[in-house]
Amino acid sequence: MQPPPAIRFDRLGQVFETRSGRVEALRNVSFEVARHEFLAVLGPSGCGKSTLLRMIAGLLQPSSGAVEVFGRRVTGPREDIGIVFQKPTLLPWATVEENVTFPLRHKRGRAGRPDRERAQALLRMVGLEGFGKRLPDELSGGMQQRVGIARALLMDPDILLMDEPFSALDALTREEMGFDLLRIFGERPKTVVFITHSVSEAALLADRVLVMTGRPGRVMTELPVPVARPRGRETIEDPAVTGLAAQLRNLLLQREAA
Amino acid sequence: MTLSIEDAAPRGQAAARRPDLRRMLAAPGAAALLAILGTVALWELAARVLGIPGYLLPAPSAIFATFPSIGAARWGSHVWATLRVALTGFGLAIAIAVPLAVALVRSPVLNRTLYPLLVIVQSTPVVAIAPIIIVVLGAGDAPRIVITTLICFFPLVVSTATGLAATPPELIELSKSLRAPPIREITQIRLPFAVPYIFSALKISVTLSVIGAVVAEFCASDAGVGYFIQFSTSMFKLPQAWAGLFVLAAMSLALFQAVVLAQRLLFPWSLPRKP
Ligand SMILES: Nc1ncnc2c1ncn2[C@@H]1O[C@H](COP(=O)(O)OP(=O)(O)OP(=O)(O)O)[C@@H](O)[C@H]1O
Ligand SMILES: [Mg+2]
Repeated sequence: MQPPPAIRFDRLGQVFETRSGRVEALRNVSFEVARHEFLAVLGPSGCGKSTLLRMIAGLLQPSSGAVEVFGRRVTGPREDIGIVFQKPTLLPWATVEENVTFPLRHKRGRAGRPDRERAQALLRMVGLEGFGKRLPDELSGGMQQRVGIARALLMDPDILLMDEPFSALDALTREEMGFDLLRIFGERPKTVVFITHSVSEAALLADRVLVMTGRPGRVMTELPVPVARPRGRETIEDPAVTGLAAQLRNLLLQREAA
Repeated sequence: MTLSIEDAAPRGQAAARRPDLRRMLAAPGAAALLAILGTVALWELAARVLGIPGYLLPAPSAIFATFPSIGAARWGSHVWATLRVALTGFGLAIAIAVPLAVALVRSPVLNRTLYPLLVIVQSTPVVAIAPIIIVVLGAGDAPRIVITTLICFFPLVVSTATGLAATPPELIELSKSLRAPPIREITQIRLPFAVPYIFSALKISVTLSVIGAVVAEFCASDAGVGYFIQFSTSMFKLPQAWAGLFVLAAMSLALFQAVVLAQRLLFPWSLPRKP
């Protein structure tokens, strides 16, 4: 028998009851993410992308349909999932190292020496060696987001959810972070769901791109990225990548025009 | 282009060396001290030139002359009586307000039921309840402490609750996804994030605590700076009453500064970032 996919959405729907009425955020969403696959999700603002991530993490229960992670239905928060937010949201009073060990300190009450060593290794991996004793305030936006990534990797999760992680960064830093992600996941494959508004970022990083429609969010189409790994700086100029980016841009613009 | 860069540097240096009045005034407290001294000088001048009678508005010199005549021991015992009540009431207010704010944020039911009650208590003038409290609790520090606590705890509850609720929702989600014990969401995330809010309320409350202690002394007491002012006015010793007022202002200022200092020493990260 085939092993189950890492993530499976089955005819999922989400309706929010708000003070101003019903908001149908997602309708009949079905897709799968294979183990160690990098899936990018594109779609207009408000189409329910963040809501999708919240469901995978078990922070929100769907109104209809189901989400499965490794073949098991998600019924509550799961710890084997790392989350990277749009803003770094670090603890301003804690050092960079303490911020990275935060999930363990939060769950168990304290972090031991092996945990701190692991934090050091992760900081090295995200290019922040020697910054462990600094406060978040003393770091640039890009560096803070790297701390957020290290924090999400601390528990060595099987699945990493990234919600527009680079959208607060300037264009150059953003590109640099993209290359770093390619290297990091090259060393240590993960199942990644990566939400972005950047078509070129999606085409550069992902194995597959999921395009969603406007509200209520549905799956418009799924496109594979026909570029082998390992990828690097030169990949961004690969005709297959630029071609896919153009195709994605058209898809999103068409939608807007309609 | 090159020219402007070359002569920009020396000019900047010269500006740094020149003793600059604006820069001296920017030194901590310098401008405030100058303003206070200026006001006192003007006051003295006005009292003398206009010949305002001492029972209406005593001149600063007459007020300061009463300090030695009262003596350090008497001042000390009055200040201590007021300070003791103010600080105990303030401490009690913190001890009640912070857990209460946590409860309000954790429980929507409490928020809907207790919060309106708090607002009612707050909108009742404490000055009006004070005599009742004194009758109920009798002599001693206890009624005065209760009155002080009542006056200074409301801003603390509101600010702390606001701070606890203003925590980035991402961190709360992170906490939930880790399935950490709920108490750690409070101690490791919400309370530290509320620190700046708590301190801005502490600054208000600590000055309110002096007001609370004085209000209580006005109602019933035989010691304290508030009592001293009341006693002095009843004897028509206006300069002496003014001296008591100055002492109260100095106490409030000192307590306020102590809170500012505590925040700077204990929670430097919670201060607004310097530009
Ligand atoms: N807890 C909630 N209560 C009510 N409505 C909600 C809630 N969460 C999300 N929504 C609504 O559901 C829709 C989808 O929200 P979501 O945040 O998932 O969109 P998104 O695709 O991530 O948007 P963006 O690209 O702007 O981040 C929005 O219309 C939003 O207002
Ligand atoms: Mg979103």
